[in-house]
Amino acid sequence: MSFIDTIVQGVLLGSLYALFAAGLSLVFGIMRLVNLAHGDLIVLAAFLLLVLVTGLGLHPFLAALVAAPLMFGAGWALQYVLLNRTLGKDVLPPLLVTFGLSIVIQNSLLEGFSADSRRISAGALETASIGFGPVTVGFMPLLGFLSAVAVIVGLNLLIYRSAIGRAFRATSDDAVTAGLMGIRPQRIFAMATGLAMVVVTIAALYLGTRANFDPTAGPARLIYAFEAVIIGGLGSLWGTLAGGVILGVAQTLGAAVNPEWQILAGHLAFLAVLLIKPRGLFPRAVD
Amino acid sequence: MSIAIPSFKVETRTRASSFSALIGAAVLALAVAAPFLVPRGAVQDLFFILTMLVLAQSWNLLAGYAGLISVGQQAFVGFGAYAMFGAVILFGIDPIVAIPIAGLFGALLAIPTAFFTFRLYGPYFAIGTWVVAEVVRLLLAQWKALGGGTGTSLPREATRDMAGVGLLRDLFGMKAAEASDALTYWLALVLAAATIGLIYRLLRSKRGLGLAAVRDNEQAARAVGVDARRTKALVYLTTAFLTGLAGALIYVQKARISPDAAFSVTDWTAYVIFIVVIGGIGTIEGPIVGVVIFFLLQNLLSDYGSWYLLMLGLIGILIMLFAPRGLWGAFSDRTGIQLFPVRRMLVGGPLAHSHKGGPHG
Repeated sequence: MSFIDTIVQGVLLGSLYALFAAGLSLVFGIMRLVNLAHGDLIVLAAFLLLVLVTGLGLHPFLAALVAAPLMFGAGWALQYVLLNRTLGKDVLPPLLVTFGLSIVIQNSLLEGFSADSRRISAGALETASIGFGPVTVGFMPLLGFLSAVAVIVGLNLLIYRSAIGRAFRATSDDAVTAGLMGIRPQRIFAMATGLAMVVVTIAALYLGTRANFDPTAGPARLIYAFEAVIIGGLGSLWGTLAGGVILGVAQTLGAAVNPEWQILAGHLAFLAVLLIKPRGLFPRAVD
Repeated sequence: MSIAIPSFKVETRTRASSFSALIGAAVLALAVAAPFLVPRGAVQDLFFILTMLVLAQSWNLLAGYAGLISVGQQAFVGFGAYAMFGAVILFGIDPIVAIPIAGLFGALLAIPTAFFTFRLYGPYFAIGTWVVAEVVRLLLAQWKALGGGTGTSLPREATRDMAGVGLLRDLFGMKAAEASDALTYWLALVLAAATIGLIYRLLRSKRGLGLAAVRDNEQAARAVGVDARRTKALVYLTTAFLTGLAGALIYVQKARISPDAAFSVTDWTAYVIFIVVIGGIGTIEGPIVGVVIFFLLQNLLSDYGSWYLLMLGLIGILIMLFAPRGLWGAFSDRTGIQLFPVRRMLVGGPLAHSHKGGPHG
């Protein structure tokens, strides 16, 4: 039954990638901004959780509750003060500014926490597992999967069923006209990035409790998030979840053949999708 | 009734550019003589500056002129370096001869790479190139004949008996190590001068005009018959070739390779991006200014470890926000000086003397 087990582990891993990707997807959908520092922000959030857990002795879930509003504020300010200045027709400034930000975050973390790899301890939960017939599933990975589904459902409800979501969609369609209707695009963008940082905090919680991380782990997370978004198709959050799962399954299957091929198998799955369906499997947006 | 057709011609030359051609010739002459004038450490520093300049000029052509923002140029540095190592170790080819072969391999790699990444829209193209670089790194790390994940070194006799080293020893009485440093330095100088010359020529040609048109407004450029995709693909291949050459040359000098070093995003892309952004993106002068500043900063701050990269990142962000055309762009806007002018100007005829704004000139 090791094959089924591999698939299940892949799905669970993939849901973590979907959590990485949801924030990236949200920000891109609303302001066409690709944040190259997204992976580093996930790692930054993981270090924030680490400080709260080890410094204040909080339980990781409680720490995430404390960290979420802090990260929301940081995201809001980042967008309002820095990134809004770079938005425009030219794609160069936002890319280069977020690339610079990525380098700044990585090296600040290196200065502050050294290059050692860390892990957030979740106590007894770490080793707890639940049996489903032939496969046994770890409690934390399962919770991660459920959180990913909850985040996607929540974001979909927010975007399609709430007033702020209507403002998001209006600004995404046409920021100038939305402005005429009394919406301030600058604040909408700041709100969206703040929200993305809350998702990033949830992603960081499962990243930090599942595996080791270090200050240079960000770029790889960005790449996985990006691959999940492209495999799933731009503009569809459920597609992003599917993309993450496909990536995760490809990685665990590759690792089952040869442990050195884990990452490579994921990249090859991504390239295969790009070859066959350049717009992803479940595209929604035009661009 | 006859209309007098004014005789004017299109020129790109400015007074500053004629002056800079003279200065350029003098600097070049001095640079050629450098191995006889300065100690070996300085020759190695100059080699580093020149190879970074080649990478920066290539990236600038790609991002600043063709609008293709790649964060995966390390793919071509690493692939070129590995192609050179493969040619030397597996086929016993002379390292110097292996450098152009590596350039060709870089251009070859660009064909499948472009096939995948050109499907991605603007910002996603950037991350797509990064993924490709990771794929190439992971694949080459599996190649046991070239050391797998830990890497390998060039055989000692290969670097000692490189073409030209013996000649330099006999001619100038240099020691072997000294001769091989001088040789790689001269090759870097040739490569840097050729890169700048090639890019300048390209930008002044009809194709360069098409490139600028595509960058400024792709739809309008297509409407007047510029094949945007083809032009971009050509630039992508050219930069892959140049980057592959530079990668191979850098690793002839280093003589030791590993996948992590050869495909380092920090060394071959982050530094290069900061050089271009700080100096001035979309100008030929920018990367030259940028590489000098980069080198000075590195020497000044190298003791501070990651603070150095942190500073570089902050400077890059500030420049992008407040002087998006970089230091050279800001200087050029104030003074109107262009050392490598590519803007076409009308000379002679009534238009040349017209003043802005007045109805009758």
